[in-house]
Amino acid sequence: MEQLHVGLTHFLIVSALLFGLGLFAIVTRKNAIMILMGIELVLNAANINFIAFSKYGKTIEGLPNLDGQAIAIFVIILAAAEAVIALAIILNIYNNFKTVNADEIDSLKE
Amino acid sequence: MLVTISLIILFLPLLSFLVQIFFGKKLPRQGDWLATSLLFVALFLSFFVFFSTGANDRVVGTVSWIDFKDTPVLGSFKIDLGIVIDNLSAIMLVVVCMISSLSHLFSIKYMEGDPKYSKYYAYLGIFSFSMLGIVLTNNLFLMYIFWELVGISSYILIGFWYEKPGPQYASKKAFIVNRIGDVGFFTGILIIYITLRTFNFTDIFAGIAAGKLTGGWLTAAGILVFCGAVGKSAQFPLHVWLPDAMEGPTPVSALIHAATMVAAGVYLVTRVFVMMTADALMVIATIGMITTFISATIAITQNDIKKVLAYSTVSQLGYMIMALGVGAYTAGFFHLVTHAAFKACLFLGAGSVIIALHHEQDIRQMGGLRNKMKITYYTFLMATLAISGVPLTSGFLSKDSILAGTMAFASLRGGINYIFPVVGFFVAGLTAFYMFRLVLLTFHGEPRNKEKYEHAHESPKVVTIPLIILAIFSFFAFYSVNPIDANTGWFAKYVTAPKTVVPVEQRFAYEQEAVEESVFVEEIHHFHYPAMGLSLFVAGAGILLAFAFYKWNKFSADAVVEKIRPLYNFSLNKWYFDDFYDGIIVAGLLKFTQALKWFDNTIIDGAVNGAAYITEKAATGSGKFDNSFVDGLVNLVGSFVMFFGLIFRKIQTGRIQTYLAYVLFGIIIFYFIFRAL
Repeated sequence: MEQLHVGLTHFLIVSALLFGLGLFAIVTRKNAIMILMGIELVLNAANINFIAFSKYGKTIEGLPNLDGQAIAIFVIILAAAEAVIALAIILNIYNNFKTVNADEIDSLKE
Repeated sequence: MLVTISLIILFLPLLSFLVQIFFGKKLPRQGDWLATSLLFVALFLSFFVFFSTGANDRVVGTVSWIDFKDTPVLGSFKIDLGIVIDNLSAIMLVVVCMISSLSHLFSIKYMEGDPKYSKYYAYLGIFSFSMLGIVLTNNLFLMYIFWELVGISSYILIGFWYEKPGPQYASKKAFIVNRIGDVGFFTGILIIYITLRTFNFTDIFAGIAAGKLTGGWLTAAGILVFCGAVGKSAQFPLHVWLPDAMEGPTPVSALIHAATMVAAGVYLVTRVFVMMTADALMVIATIGMITTFISATIAITQNDIKKVLAYSTVSQLGYMIMALGVGAYTAGFFHLVTHAAFKACLFLGAGSVIIALHHEQDIRQMGGLRNKMKITYYTFLMATLAISGVPLTSGFLSKDSILAGTMAFASLRGGINYIFPVVGFFVAGLTAFYMFRLVLLTFHGEPRNKEKYEHAHESPKVVTIPLIILAIFSFFAFYSVNPIDANTGWFAKYVTAPKTVVPVEQRFAYEQEAVEESVFVEEIHHFHYPAMGLSLFVAGAGILLAFAFYKWNKFSADAVVEKIRPLYNFSLNKWYFDDFYDGIIVAGLLKFTQALKWFDNTIIDGAVNGAAYITEKAATGSGKFDNSFVDGLVNLVGSFVMFFGLIFRKIQTGRIQTYLAYVLFGIIIFYFIFRAL
């Protein structure tokens, strides 16, 4: 039985699937919280890419390049901060409009 | 000195006017004492001026009003305003001030209780001021200004009771008729100014003597200036305003329409007498003769006491004008002065009668008043004797001089000119007749209206004193010591005919040879006694006829009237002058203006409306073009934009997810595009 070898390609496929799912959630969901969750998926897809490239990318003097890992940590922090602000905004929107449906929050249009 | 005093005399009535018009109502007795006393001060001063002015004295005071030196196109333009005090103005000052002050005094009773009492005195003041201005001025410019001032103030005074339709109409008529004459006067002044570049009398006469204005233009200037006198002095054909002007208060009639305003015309002619050519003088004499004849015949049949006096005034003014026309300068001016006194006396006497009868003016309602109003009767009689030309009166002297003048003129010129003395004597007889008719109907006989008669009583002193003073001035003694010859009196020596300045060939034939004593004056002396005899005869005949008709009842006036009914109606209706003017001239003017109105309404308005119509149509057309074509283009662009707008609007949903989807598709499309490259 051929030994399954997990390589860079597998990571990229998982990441692409995750990105696609996140994007799908952003585009199709009406609920602002679901959109937010979509954004989180997209960010994490990017994180997988960073880490995969860090693992399988060029080595410097035999050691792996850890730049990707560092950026992944930044992204996680960024995502946490973003979630805080976005949830606060959504809470305020709910207080004002009694809904979190993104389609119905269109007072700027009028 | 004299100039200052004369200016004070001139401005005293103006002061009276200003005080009365602004403060009159607040003064005690509404200020009548103030106005009256101011005029008496003026009278006193004018006597002073009169006594300090000799026959040949001539004091002039001028101020330069406008002086443009030499202007490029006009030449020199210069107007001096000034006054002159000579024999004429000195006499007229006294006459005007005397009549005016006595009228003021008389009005205290006559206007008693009038609601506009203080205004009345103000108007008397402005009138006296303007009249004195005419008397004093030494140039035609000021003369014209004061002339118009007299016109407007007489308009105000005639229409003093403007609430009633009669005075309203009369004042309008007086003003408009006067304007007609004034247009002529103004044109005459223009001719004189344009040729001689001066308004000053002395300069005008010097210019004419130097031959700068001759021929037809000189005659025209003379006749046109005389036109002003025709208006003011109520000469034919403009005499119609004066009898109607009797609608004003009676003292006003005495002041304006007997002694002063109507004398202004005569005074004007005496002022410019020396520039009158033979032709102009013939016109003047003829106008005067026609006037005196027409109005004397009308006066016979009038029944209003003031109307009779009004027509006799017109008649006497015609006498004066005729005298001036035939060259009897002294006589004409003399009659002006004597007439002022006795006619004012007659008017004030009539006023006294009117007061006594509570504003009844119809002589058919009077009669027998002499027993009740002794002073009024005797003063009225005195003035009547004077106007009729009975010896020992002033009127006898002046009328006699005029008749002698006309006779002298006729004998020197011969032929048709005998009409002047004939009319003169005829009118003298008529005057005596109608004046005695008036006296007999008013004061003699049985009272025809018992009720009015019972209430009649003699007027108070403010009325009788002016009457007595004026009656005294109707005596001969004030004018000539010799009761039958005016030529020896001071007046004839004081006022002598000035030497004419017109070119020799434009004088009367008998004046063309230069002689020491004027042929005409010589001839007057020659005809003095014949004229006197004849005038005595006609006056006596007139008086006797009046007595025969109205006192002794030898003939019945009614029977005579029945016999000559057409003539009587002709006279009663004033020769149908008013009807003629109303029917032909006024109606003609109205027709003419109607035609003009039609022209305006149809032709002018039609043209305007047509232009408006065309403009409107053109505007409609261009509006249509605008609406369909230009707007169509704009709308097409608009709808084009709108069409695409509608399409592209669809993709602008406002939903961020949709946009994100577009971005995704865009990226995919770009991906394939870039891969293909």
